[in-house]
Amino acid sequence: MGFGEEDYRGKVPFFSHHIKAIAVAEFHKKIKEAFEVFDHESNNTVDVREIGTIIRSLGCCPNEGELHDFIAEIEEEEPTGYIRFEKFLPVMTNVLTERRYRPIPEDILLRAFEVLDTAKRGFLSKEELIKYMTEEGEPFSQEEMEEMLSAAIDPESNTIHYKDYITMMVIDEN
Amino acid sequence: MGCASSSKKTKASENALVAALVIQNWYRGYSARLRTRQRYALTIFQSIEYADEQSQLQLSNFFTFMLENYKHVHEKDQRLVNRLFSYSLPDKDRLDCVGLIDVPDSYSGPRLQFPLTFTDIYLLIEAFKERKILHAYYVLEVLFESKKALKQLRNFNVIETCPSKDVTICGDLHGKLDDLFLIFYKNGLPSGNDPYIFNGDFVDRGSNSIEILMILLVSFLVYPEDVLLNRGNHEDFLMNVRYGFTKEILRKYKIHGKKILQVLEEVYMWLPIGTIIDSKVLVIHGGISESTDLNLLQRIERNKMRSVLMPPIPVHEDYGTELKKNKAGMLRGVKASESLSQQLAKHEREQVIDILWSDPRGKKGCYPNTSRGGGCYFGPDITSKFLNKYRLKMLIRSHECKPEGYEVCHDGKVITVFSASNYYEEGSNRGAYIRVGYGMSLRFFQYQVTEATCSRPLYQRVNTIESSAIRILKERMISRKTDLINAFQLQDRNKSGKLSMSQWAFSMENVLGLNLPWRSLSSHLVTTDDDGNIDYMSCFSDIHIQKPVKEVQSALIETLYRYRSDLQIIFNVIDSDHSGLISMEEFHSMWNLFNSHYHVHFDDYQVDELAERMDLNKDGSIDFNEFLKAFYVVHKFDKLSKSDTTLT
Repeated sequence: MGFGEEDYRGKVPFFSHHIKAIAVAEFHKKIKEAFEVFDHESNNTVDVREIGTIIRSLGCCPNEGELHDFIAEIEEEEPTGYIRFEKFLPVMTNVLTERRYRPIPEDILLRAFEVLDTAKRGFLSKEELIKYMTEEGEPFSQEEMEEMLSAAIDPESNTIHYKDYITMMVIDEN
Repeated sequence: MGCASSSKKTKASENALVAALVIQNWYRGYSARLRTRQRYALTIFQSIEYADEQSQLQLSNFFTFMLENYKHVHEKDQRLVNRLFSYSLPDKDRLDCVGLIDVPDSYSGPRLQFPLTFTDIYLLIEAFKERKILHAYYVLEVLFESKKALKQLRNFNVIETCPSKDVTICGDLHGKLDDLFLIFYKNGLPSGNDPYIFNGDFVDRGSNSIEILMILLVSFLVYPEDVLLNRGNHEDFLMNVRYGFTKEILRKYKIHGKKILQVLEEVYMWLPIGTIIDSKVLVIHGGISESTDLNLLQRIERNKMRSVLMPPIPVHEDYGTELKKNKAGMLRGVKASESLSQQLAKHEREQVIDILWSDPRGKKGCYPNTSRGGGCYFGPDITSKFLNKYRLKMLIRSHECKPEGYEVCHDGKVITVFSASNYYEEGSNRGAYIRVGYGMSLRFFQYQVTEATCSRPLYQRVNTIESSAIRILKERMISRKTDLINAFQLQDRNKSGKLSMSQWAFSMENVLGLNLPWRSLSSHLVTTDDDGNIDYMSCFSDIHIQKPVKEVQSALIETLYRYRSDLQIIFNVIDSDHSGLISMEEFHSMWNLFNSHYHVHFDDYQVDELAERMDLNKDGSIDFNEFLKAFYVVHKFDKLSKSDTTLT
């Protein structure tokens, strides 16, 4: 498992109040740790552009729309470009206790690639991948696209063998 | 037909849309976690780096302690203390030093011609690109010339921009020559039209400190008004002992290394402490404090700041009389008392330390720099007050590694610039320099020296950085093994060998004094069971300290490991001729002083035994550097990976 990621599945079902209080206290510490790493000036604020990274580093996977809503909820009335920890903490704690924004399981991810691989060849060409990722859904920026390609594309065939790719990425995180 | 196929088409494109969303969502999560891992690794590097500096600065307390215990000590081993505190450097005669050195015909490195011109800068750079070494004769000549020229300068350099002339500011280079080459390649060589400010920390850590220093000094000698050098906290001969430059010089210059070190120390002492651009921008290495007084700093005799580790003079009367007694009694005592006056007063010294060591923070006010142990943290209010007082607009400083090479804080009034890319590890950070133009326009330039590894995908680079960060963290843990185990056991009331995450994180933070995201790092350090409890002994399973002598107590070994760099510096100071050898008595009295100051207690017989074992050839002297090598940490998997690489 990589830095900053922990799976809460199976740990939350029936809490007594006491255990719940302990869990919440532990969530608070974890959220504080994750926040502090991005709080460059040590003044309990982070750049709003890093909020997505912090939420995701806590093992949650909101999509861009959900992220947008999350930020809208914690931003100052007059947005300053910075998010304060006091605002972030309660909303993030709720997300963790309610187990929102579940990460995408490996099998669903594989299914998604298979849907795009209409010819069922077991791979996508570089061009196909770029087309889907930058024209569909919540499109990648150029930087995101290049970064994904650098690890995903086999330079000899110029294709992505998605099954191998997923395995490689999952191993990297474990 | 049309109807059916179009609905099929819609269905397919809907599916594609959903699939793309899934992949994008997953990838963004993955990529964010990768960045976080990279950030965590940097946090580890940085907090350990600062903790090291802190222990380094505590040495200054140790030296003060020695000075205060002077009376007690000097009866036992007066020679020793005198060596430590004889501030007056032997004024090396240039002819004595350089005159006798011959440059043989077979020497294929660059040959400088004095007075230096632009050609020499070019020659030097070309030669260093081919990894040639400059002959000691030229090194010494450049150092002597530089000392002479630096002596003419004031404490603060002054430079003006004009519409056709920008000033380029470079931050820490730390012996990373490729970064300097890259800056020159992108930004041009220094010249009358292209002035440069090098903002300290030219040396240490990287392996080409002497080459960087030579290029900077030669450039300064050719363009004294357009190449401005500010002193950094690493332009300090005792810092160099710990952080590598001393070793580099002695390795590259086996015969003349000692002479070079001596002259170098004087060059450091004459480096200006800052530069002011257009009377508006102050460029200094570290920062300021609430008591920073530019007028006072303009007046001090900066060359009296020899090393941050050399203690200020304790002012109590006993001490004075003690010295007088010495004066009457012993010749060596006279030397010591005279030399003490050649040091800055305590408050002047603190002014300089604040400039070289401080870091800006978001929190208001001014408080001690707890992570570095020297200088202070200063808030935006301190910055505003200071800038208003001296009618300045901006502070540009270096001193801290930033992921992007530069960072703006305090409402744009403080800028950090750091020019050593890949500082902690390949791919760890970018480097940057700043061009300040007429009317205070600023332009930032970022770069990263590309090695083969930089073209690897991000996740591979992150893995490299991460594992080396975890490795140094584990070394830190093993140096405090006994304390950690005690702290764990204290919490583990029913002796289960397990702790909750919260208990474990608390103990780690307390004992190691490092503020790190322990919960997130735990998976790399310890094994956790299904209930989330931590097997706290698991962190020691794959590393241990290689023991030089089996019989020596493990607590003593741990202590030696923890303080090995401190000890190394103390012994280097005693070993003033850099012979690498110290006598048994010296070892003994230093160790005793060390013991009483650091409150580590071992029986005398243990220390005796150790000292005797260190004297391998029984000649009464100890090769201390060799000795310390025995205390390196062994990683269980090192051998495995090494044999792997030899096989492939």
